[in-house]
Amino acid sequence: MNDQTPISREERIEKLQGLGCSRKRVEDARFTQGKGNYIDDLKLPGMLFGDFVRSPYGHARIKSINPEAALAVPGVLAVITAEELKPLALHYMPTLAGDVQAVLADEKVLFQNQEVAFVVATDRYAAADGVELVEVDYEPLPVINDAFKAMDEDAPLLREDIKDKMEGAHGPRKHHNHIFFWEEGDKDGTEKALDDADVVVEELITYQRVHPCPLETCGCVASMDKINGKLTLWGTFQAPHAVRTVASLITNIAEHNIRVISPDIGGGFGNKVGVYPGYICATVASIVTGKPVKWVEDRIENLSSTAFARDYHMTGKIAATKDGKITGLWAHVLADHGAFDACADPTKFPAGFFHIVTGSYDIPVAYVGVDGVYTNKAPGGVAYRCSFRVTEAAYLIERMIDILARKLDMDPAELRIKNFIKKEQFPYQSALGWEYDSGDYHTAMEKAMTTVDYKALRVEQTENRAAFDRGETRSLMGVGVAFFTEIVGAGPVKNCDILGLGMFDSCEIRIHPTGSAIARLGTISQGQGHATTFAQILASEIGIPAEDITLEEGDTDTAPYGLGTYGSRSTPVAGAATAMAGRKIRAKAQMIAAYLLEVHEGDLEWDVDRFQIKGNPEAHKTMKEIAFASYNQAIPGLEPGLEAVSYYDPPNMTYPFGAYICVVDVDVDTGVIDVRRFYALDDCGTRINPMIIEGQVHGGLTEALAIVMGQEISYDEIGNIKGATLMDFFLPTAVETPNWETGHTTTPSPHHPIGAKGVGESPNVGGVPALSNAVHDAFAHKGLTHTQMPHDHWRVWKVAQKLGLTD
Amino acid sequence: MSDIKINMTINGQAVETTADPRTLLIHFLREDQNLTGPHIGCDTSHCGACTVDMNGKSVKSCTVFVGQANGADIVTIEGIAEADGTLHALQEAFRQNHGLQCGFCTPGMITRAYRLLQENPNPTEEEIRYGISGNLCRCTGYQNIVKSIQIAAEELSHKEAAE
Amino acid sequence: MIPGSFEYHRPSSLDDAIGLLSSLGEDALLVAGGHSLIPMMKLRMAMPEHLVDLQDVQSLKSITVDTNQISLGAMVTQAELIASDELHAACPILRETSLQIADPQIRNLGTIGGNVANGDPGNDMPAIMQMLGATYVLAGPQGTREIAARDFYEAAFFTAREDGEILTTIKFDTPTAGHGWAYEKQKRKIGDYATAAAAVVLTVSGGVCETASIGLTNVADTPLWAEEAAGVLVGSALDEATIKTAANAAVAITDPALDGRGPVEFRKHIAGIMVQRAVAKAAQRAQ
Repeated sequence: MNDQTPISREERIEKLQGLGCSRKRVEDARFTQGKGNYIDDLKLPGMLFGDFVRSPYGHARIKSINPEAALAVPGVLAVITAEELKPLALHYMPTLAGDVQAVLADEKVLFQNQEVAFVVATDRYAAADGVELVEVDYEPLPVINDAFKAMDEDAPLLREDIKDKMEGAHGPRKHHNHIFFWEEGDKDGTEKALDDADVVVEELITYQRVHPCPLETCGCVASMDKINGKLTLWGTFQAPHAVRTVASLITNIAEHNIRVISPDIGGGFGNKVGVYPGYICATVASIVTGKPVKWVEDRIENLSSTAFARDYHMTGKIAATKDGKITGLWAHVLADHGAFDACADPTKFPAGFFHIVTGSYDIPVAYVGVDGVYTNKAPGGVAYRCSFRVTEAAYLIERMIDILARKLDMDPAELRIKNFIKKEQFPYQSALGWEYDSGDYHTAMEKAMTTVDYKALRVEQTENRAAFDRGETRSLMGVGVAFFTEIVGAGPVKNCDILGLGMFDSCEIRIHPTGSAIARLGTISQGQGHATTFAQILASEIGIPAEDITLEEGDTDTAPYGLGTYGSRSTPVAGAATAMAGRKIRAKAQMIAAYLLEVHEGDLEWDVDRFQIKGNPEAHKTMKEIAFASYNQAIPGLEPGLEAVSYYDPPNMTYPFGAYICVVDVDVDTGVIDVRRFYALDDCGTRINPMIIEGQVHGGLTEALAIVMGQEISYDEIGNIKGATLMDFFLPTAVETPNWETGHTTTPSPHHPIGAKGVGESPNVGGVPALSNAVHDAFAHKGLTHTQMPHDHWRVWKVAQKLGLTD
Repeated sequence: MSDIKINMTINGQAVETTADPRTLLIHFLREDQNLTGPHIGCDTSHCGACTVDMNGKSVKSCTVFVGQANGADIVTIEGIAEADGTLHALQEAFRQNHGLQCGFCTPGMITRAYRLLQENPNPTEEEIRYGISGNLCRCTGYQNIVKSIQIAAEELSHKEAAE
Repeated sequence: MIPGSFEYHRPSSLDDAIGLLSSLGEDALLVAGGHSLIPMMKLRMAMPEHLVDLQDVQSLKSITVDTNQISLGAMVTQAELIASDELHAACPILRETSLQIADPQIRNLGTIGGNVANGDPGNDMPAIMQMLGATYVLAGPQGTREIAARDFYEAAFFTAREDGEILTTIKFDTPTAGHGWAYEKQKRKIGDYATAAAAVVLTVSGGVCETASIGLTNVADTPLWAEEAAGVLVGSALDEATIKTAANAAVAITDPALDGRGPVEFRKHIAGIMVQRAVAKAAQRAQ
């Protein structure tokens, strides 16, 4: 164990590939060679395949199900319906939101493509043939596809299963299609602020129903080992431990007999947080047949049954003085949750963290109220690339600020700056109860405005508008500004749990005798590059090069318990756990080094990858030497080995923020929008890997573009879902996607061990209002206050038409 | 229905077997041949995750029946590196330039780019964007994919000039 | 999405293909590139018992360009059509159009014959062929017959092709040298069908439009040949006002459906804009 090669301190730092460097990803070797291991790649001996019979109706009574013809198909082994699940009490499953959801339709269907029967066959072709032949007799019922009509007096009863249960998971239900009412803030005070204000603006702003649509759909393989009583469940799970606990509660299989494994996941974006009927049915089928059963949904099933996001109808009111100081914010949301309340929010927050809606502004008084309702649409309500309902909140406040600016005839950037929370106000208590940990909004905004030369853009826009009015161009220029504050990293166990499981996270580290290591976490990467970045955090903490650290996630038999990856919580929570576990390693290493160097611990100082005697750096022990010593020396008072585990309960959320400015050109004749320029400045605190941060920003902005310019999951009046293929559901190609410009400021989180805040979701949260504001801005001088997304060609053209700009 | 005889060359290896004619080429490759690099993302020929090279052309193997591919020369992501394991310039460039995140679109994307650079060894940025417009990515926003392809193109032309 | 079962046939000559269609009857469907049919089969909206693959019928794969006539075999792929410099020199609108169809992978398999024969109003080539005044050659058990593209389309997915017939060749007069051309297509994204699209070929002499023809895609349940609109252009200087009048005449014959691309009113409007832009571009390109 001779480690005496004299290299400089800079070289030693370089060698670690720790915090702050753009380390290349370790995951990429397998992905670029087609050697990823995704759920549908898994093949087990004797494996069967399950496929769903789904409802063609949005709302109907099931009169009968006849599986006979299906069972006659060669290869079809079983057809499971709610009747088969009832004796096992598995025909309903609990949702993350305190509701229940039908695993297989119980006497009636509540949304198109709802799961009705599960056909199990020797392969996917036979299963599909079986699905085709299951005869289901339906009696169609009246459909509710409009949340505003859900609580009409004569609205049809959707949820017969809970019709007598008027006390919901979040308090009393005021109508048979009502789910919950939730409120926060000072209602009277806010109403008074509105009454007393010089200026009030009010608007109904809808954030349409969309879908996370990762490129890989959801799926699982369930394998029940009847001899040992062990269930192994592989699947596309963003929260494998939570799935294990839920699976145990649902199936009554003891938790130690369940092993959940998330293999490589082809994107999640919130789609893969929930528990879906396919997982339960595959498990039941495996128990029944004694063989492994695979279920993988196709794209239509994905878009129409597993998860949706948004579907928030938000009414906002802002009170302000005539010179633009905001004096109050009031908001009410009508939340369309579909047929079952399957929202993935921390238990106490049925509207997630929507009350971050005061945004980046110092607003003295505010109030929000949210009503959730049932409709004949798919369940979901997941946090699609955002912390729980943060993107909805950011969209509302950032649109409202623009509307207020228009009313006051102020520049929207100037109005924002005027109302920003000031640097010296942090930590800042918001009117709706959050404590913003840190921020420097003015600096970020100024940097963004300087980078794009905001003043010059406004001059150019004035010229463009004059040229348009002279008939010299049919294109209108819009400048969009958005300044968002996110709330991520759920979260403190004191107020954040899912099904009673506190939202801490974890990291366990073992240092091997030769000075390399393995670290296991309770999270699971879906493209974020955890194996790369968490090794960097650890490298800086324990002085072992990142390339010598294996990162493992996703196997509940080996990883410590954690709540998984969504809501930008991995870096704020598991990243912190990693650093803290690393510090425990280092603390023990210091004792070992003191023994080896025959000094007191206090005489040692840490330097990059070693402990050295203060004032005598030549006398040192590297982490590698210490690691070996921990295995081969009998050190009085110390256990052998070098391992640590940390369960980290963050004291607060983190509050990343950013200033986004974009420029669009709108073709008034066609409604086609060209995103000419988009500059995104993000402040995510300490930057672990700039290359990966930039990649996250590019991706999140592209998802924002998709939402703003075309994504929509809609239903017709008889409950048919419209456009559930990638022909109609808008995912931009490389041609529709612009080049994104990125920038940053760095305001470390004061409470996070390394000051990191999380970044993956910021670009979606900030990108949507920036792009939408730009489209509105193009027409603002012609009198446009607000128009609903998506801003696709025909809707934009309709705006132009209404404003009298078309022929 | 009766199976048909299948003769194909896959990644340089002759394959002789039988298959149900309705088997989609993607399922044949993934399930019969255990080549799980190409993926299924949309089922309707929009996403390109299933892209393979068939007789020197990029195709979407989710919309090709195995019978249609009978007699064809197929290359998948598993056949793009050199026989000695040396990575193709594209595979290296995607890693160096963060041209992938979740990795699910990556095999299709690289397989498409592999053919694109043979059709057009020095593409402009716009030509690359149109050239990969049959491949969707949900993670990267394409920017680093385009960059990776540009850099691989440069690398390949240097290599060619050196030979 | 898994298709139903079928028997697969791959004849190596046109006669064999026709023979197979005759003997198998209406349970047999032809497959060329497959990118219209296979998705329908995967959705089980088409469940043929027999699939007759034309890929080995070499006689359907030629592109012939001479001074008077251009002839395209039905199995010529969009990619081959794009790659033919000879074809591009004689009739550049074909490359311009093909490049706006689907994406590179699909163009490698999708054929001109499949595009014109299956009667999908979203397909782009039928309007081009109507605009060019093309003739389709159909071969069947009773021999061959010819039918004008302008008479071929009856309704969405209904054409004049009889069961048992194969569309073998598309032929049309080589456009006059120096003609102007354009295919303007508005779509939501790469790979989408047109919200509306317009194809224009015209000739100009001494600043006056001598001949013009206009086709429209995806604004009715068949492609449309806008004869009256083209008539407005002939004899004019292709000034803005005339172009607008022509566009209005074209819009008047459209009858689009409401879909995800927009309401009827919008799609009609876009048809007009596409005509205006296509005529203006063609005028600029005419020599």
